[in-house]
Amino acid sequence: MRHTISMLLENESGALSRVANLFSARGYNIESLTVAPTEDPTLSRLTLVTRGSDDVIEQITKQLNKLVDVVKLVDLTEGRHIEREMLLIKVHAGGTARTKIEPLIKEFQGRIIDETETTCTIELTDASDRLDAFVKALDYAGIIEVVRSGVSGIARGEKGLRV
Amino acid sequence: MPSSENNHAGSITGADIFVRCLADEGVEYVFGYPGGAALHIYDALYKQDRVKHILVRHEQGAAHAADGYARATGRPGVVLVTSGPGVTNTITGIATAYMDSIPLVVFSGQVATSLIGDDAFQEVDAVGISRPCVKHNFLVKDVRDLATTIKKAFYIATTGRPGPVLVDIPKDVTAHKCEYAYPKTVSMRSYVPVNQGDPGQIRKAVDLMLTAKRPMIYTGGGIVLGEASAALTELVRLLGYPCTNTLMGLGAYPATDPLFVGMLGMHGTYEANMAMHECDVLIGIGARFDDRVTGDLNKFCPNARIIHVDVDPASIAKNVPVEIPVVGTAESVMREMIKLIKASGKKPDKEALVAWWKQIGKWRAMNCLDYDRDSELIKPQFVIEKLYEITGGDAYITSDVGQHQMWAAQFYKFDKPRRWINSGGLGTMGFGLPAAMGVKLAYPDATVVCVTGEASIQMCIQELSTCKQYNLPITIVNLNNRYMGMVRQWQEFFYDRRYSNSYMDALPDFVKLTEAYGHAGFKIEKPGDVEGAIKEALKMKDRLVFLDFITDQTENVYPMIAAGKGQHEMHLKPCKAVVPTDRELA
Repeated sequence: MRHTISMLLENESGALSRVANLFSARGYNIESLTVAPTEDPTLSRLTLVTRGSDDVIEQITKQLNKLVDVVKLVDLTEGRHIEREMLLIKVHAGGTARTKIEPLIKEFQGRIIDETETTCTIELTDASDRLDAFVKALDYAGIIEVVRSGVSGIARGEKGLRV
Repeated sequence: MPSSENNHAGSITGADIFVRCLADEGVEYVFGYPGGAALHIYDALYKQDRVKHILVRHEQGAAHAADGYARATGRPGVVLVTSGPGVTNTITGIATAYMDSIPLVVFSGQVATSLIGDDAFQEVDAVGISRPCVKHNFLVKDVRDLATTIKKAFYIATTGRPGPVLVDIPKDVTAHKCEYAYPKTVSMRSYVPVNQGDPGQIRKAVDLMLTAKRPMIYTGGGIVLGEASAALTELVRLLGYPCTNTLMGLGAYPATDPLFVGMLGMHGTYEANMAMHECDVLIGIGARFDDRVTGDLNKFCPNARIIHVDVDPASIAKNVPVEIPVVGTAESVMREMIKLIKASGKKPDKEALVAWWKQIGKWRAMNCLDYDRDSELIKPQFVIEKLYEITGGDAYITSDVGQHQMWAAQFYKFDKPRRWINSGGLGTMGFGLPAAMGVKLAYPDATVVCVTGEASIQMCIQELSTCKQYNLPITIVNLNNRYMGMVRQWQEFFYDRRYSNSYMDALPDFVKLTEAYGHAGFKIEKPGDVEGAIKEALKMKDRLVFLDFITDQTENVYPMIAAGKGQHEMHLKPCKAVVPTDRELA
């Protein structure tokens, strides 16, 4: 099962490597990981996507909670939540190619953020599987570069992950 | 900004702050070794007499000595080393403490903050290198954070599930000045250990315990660490249930008590392992179901409903699914259990218990620890039995790792906690002698014996010099079979007797070696001389005595559960091993 785990982390040097180290040391997978400071500069918000059986996910959350730098943790997958990921993609877009790309961008609600005579760079923010679909749809055009931010997530409803 | 030129009234250097913090924390001994990055601190140590420094001969010895001190006393062990090789040499000792949840605080010097990252002389990323084997670690970048960080380090090391904490201190931080204030307490929003177990879970556990027909109480190092021996003893006696201890838990329940069925696991007793395999309710407390205990997980306690009490939630259901988890300290949870059992008015099923003990009696009658007592060679088990008799079971026994460790665990009956001091989780050869130094410093009047083998002892033999400097009259019992015995045993069983690199060739003359270090040494070659030698050594109260027992090379540790086998699949019958002897190899 794919799980999206989000946590508040002390914004200390080394905190991120403690999390990353835990995954390599115990043989867990990380599919994606994003981290940035919050409105409170002493705290970072880290979101990671991992896969494992229920037992493995239970161990992962327990081991993460045990890290001294982890202040609070939630497995977003356990409740209703929203996930977003940002994609920056640069593709060949010379001649007739552009006319084929533009409807796709419109359909996926992306936007062109840079272009040359022969290339086009698009930004798209959505759920990861929508990004997958967009990348697949653009494949024919000739992809030059793909940059994905990794998943960020937040729970639906009134509750928030706060200290 | 803090600076060395800034001389505010009341400001002192980071080095002086460091030493005052240790003194105010109540630190008695620091085990360490100086070097460039730590020299300001060593200078500050020189100018005071509240904290005593023990100069080891290798930093690994410092970590093990502090560890031994912590295991014997329950107080945190403290280490001070320099940057680079100083701190890398402590890593084995830190990992040893981490695996066995021992509270250590390790201070390492670091190159000046301006040089960090430049590959400076004796620079190593101490925080990065130690990260996987510490409970937590810190790099102190500002002298104003030093005292609070030290307080946090001791707090984290000693609370919850204990463990080692490393504090890396750059040299300039120890030169900068600020005002000294050591916080009395510290609280951290990201670190809040749980102590009391959930009352509902404890009630459920007690209900299940009282329905058991074939109960088993399985406890580990958590009882020792959590000072919960008295509570365990009361609980076990109240219920009349059989109790087994892990290697780390020996002494937590009195070994001479009839309700004790011996150690369990790979080299545990037949009765302990069979009772585990056949039990219907398993009560695990302060133990972590590690692979040397469980054997093949698919065959582990097939009929048991499992209760697991542990202070670390991540230990619960890590290897074995658990029906009733209880997160809390062993002491508080067992006290609550005792209260509930007494208040319930319910009693264990007496009839079922009588039948269960009858069955356990049959397993006991197999006499699984029996060995050849008529041998003309010294049997290692015999040496430990004699050591037990002569010391009245009241010595502090440290050990190294291998066959001698298992024999000590099997044949020395520990009735008290903190008397059995060994590297259980990491299995660190070289642990025994420096650990014994830590114990002897903590309890100068106690009998401290290091049970070791000729392979292990050579891994930290340099500490004989430290023992001389500080006059630490330890007794070393060297079970010398001229083999890495446990490696040889596995090669005999699983590698068709190809004894690859397990023969200890070119051994030193241990008697002469010990004498060269200024101690006394004796070589014992006949079973008839064993008792006399031990008695003689223990009489020499002011000297370290090295007893080199030349033991039977073919002896194996039984019972044995081969790796990957179930608990009930034990090797019991000693077979006559075909092992090339010294003479044949010469």
